[in-house]
Amino acid sequence: MDRNQTHRNRKRALKTLHFIALFATMSVICIPGLWIVLNSFRPTVEIMAKPPIWTPTFTLDHYRAMFSGAGEGGVPVFSYFRNSLIVSVVSTAIAILIGMSGGYAFARYRFKGKAGYFVGLMLFRAVPGVALSLPLFIVFAKVGIIDTHFGLILVYVALNVPFTIWLTDGFFRQIPKELHEAAEIDGCTRWQAFWKVEFPVARSGVASAAIFAFLTSWNEFALASQLTRSVGSKTMPVGLLDFTAEFTINWGGMCALAVLMIVPALILTFIVQKHLIAGLTFGGVKG
Amino acid sequence: MLRRRFPEWFVLLLPAIIVIAAVVLIPLIFSLYSSFTPYKLTRPSTLWTWVGTYNYEKILTDAKFWAAFGRTVLFLTIVLNLELVLGLGIALLMNKVTWGQRTLRTILMFPMMFSPILVGFQFKFIFNDNIGLVNNALQSMGFNVALPWLVDGKLAMFSIIFAEVWMSTSVFAILILAGLFAMPRDPLEAAKVDGCTPWQSFRHITLPFLMPFIFIAMTIRSLDVARAYDIVQIMTGGGPARRTELLWTLMSRTGYVDARMGLANAMGYVSILLSIVFTIYFFHKLSAARAQIGMGG
Repeated sequence: MDRNQTHRNRKRALKTLHFIALFATMSVICIPGLWIVLNSFRPTVEIMAKPPIWTPTFTLDHYRAMFSGAGEGGVPVFSYFRNSLIVSVVSTAIAILIGMSGGYAFARYRFKGKAGYFVGLMLFRAVPGVALSLPLFIVFAKVGIIDTHFGLILVYVALNVPFTIWLTDGFFRQIPKELHEAAEIDGCTRWQAFWKVEFPVARSGVASAAIFAFLTSWNEFALASQLTRSVGSKTMPVGLLDFTAEFTINWGGMCALAVLMIVPALILTFIVQKHLIAGLTFGGVKG
Repeated sequence: MLRRRFPEWFVLLLPAIIVIAAVVLIPLIFSLYSSFTPYKLTRPSTLWTWVGTYNYEKILTDAKFWAAFGRTVLFLTIVLNLELVLGLGIALLMNKVTWGQRTLRTILMFPMMFSPILVGFQFKFIFNDNIGLVNNALQSMGFNVALPWLVDGKLAMFSIIFAEVWMSTSVFAILILAGLFAMPRDPLEAAKVDGCTPWQSFRHITLPFLMPFIFIAMTIRSLDVARAYDIVQIMTGGGPARRTELLWTLMSRTGYVDARMGLANAMGYVSILLSIVFTIYFFHKLSAARAQIGMGG
């Protein structure tokens, strides 16, 4: 009886401890992000108040200022958003096509020095953005594609191809060779066999590669900050800097743009969440 | 005709090779060349002066460079280990959850969607000594202090590490959690019957099984460790008085602020080598771990 009691108590204590630990972890993960969202709705006076005000007032001032265009202390958000969207979507699409064909080559063909090619490609992904931005800046300036969508898209495609190859390679390898052989016997060309048989099976790998490519392009800063100059090509991460002055930062406005930046990424990730985890684990472990 | 001359695999790989050669390889060759010149952006003619290994000798004898280099290695070691331990802890906590796990997992992915530069601004705001959340909370709780989070050298380093860990721990947690889901139940139950303590079964059954997952996470992270540049650049810019200067911020300052491209590119090469060593090391570990659990191939 007594032993039962202590056992039950210990179990309960462990459960409480588990709950507290989980709650603390989730708080640490959520609070910074929520703080940004909350502050995008608070007037600047309140953000700056000393002593701090803990009961928030609701205002849309920052959003209004942001969307009202460059004239009234706002930032050309629409242009930044459009630039980000164009650059991210186009570069993701191209990177997926190129990466998929590369991943297919690694998964399906045997050739000399395969492992070497593979690690070699990965190493290009490991080059730090800052280190690459110095020479890229000079080369792009010489070629004349600095400050254009095309230049940025080109860079992001190159950045995303290696990782896409890695993930899709793992997925194509899962698919038994007999599948496309059977399709070819039934009269498909290799090309048709790929699109009709193998591609649908590997779709979740491609989806996860796509979301990673998109997030990388959407969030990239080190290269974009050097390769873009004007409203016509600046992306949103670079646009965040518009809210900083020499010694002051317009926190409220910045939070509003930050929210605008997170929301599309959040929606997209929600949609393909399942593929994301499957893609990483299958592509990586079993690949 | 093309098919005749090149094997199919080469044709399939060709676009990838072309893009990477054009965007990464050519600039890298150019920067390798310019690292042997005293190239300054303001004086283009300096590109044609060959100075041999002068830049490299200069940085190798530069105390500031070595301080930044050492700090970068230390930073990466601390950050990667912390992320691994915390990620493992979070994954084990999540694995025990019986309800609402999907929601929790979605929340866990939250930081992965944040742009590194956004994380930088976010924590610059939160750790602001005057209006930041942390100091405000401390003051409201009755501590009459205003801790200079980003102004004091040690506190600034702490803040940066906090931001970096906040951003990247999810990668570890998610992958390790996926590993825990994939784990067969039988060995654990057998161990329990045989009288293993929870610690023993964790140490000898769970952990070895998770190893490949841990190494994938490490490999993915090693591919973009330099993202920390965005955070540091925004939060402190390498200051105060170079206390948080990492290799990457030093390089961008030398290149863009001082306009000494040749010297900066020499530093760039050191940082590229550092990244490559990291990546190769983890790729090696990954294939070893795969082979160990019979998933090689």
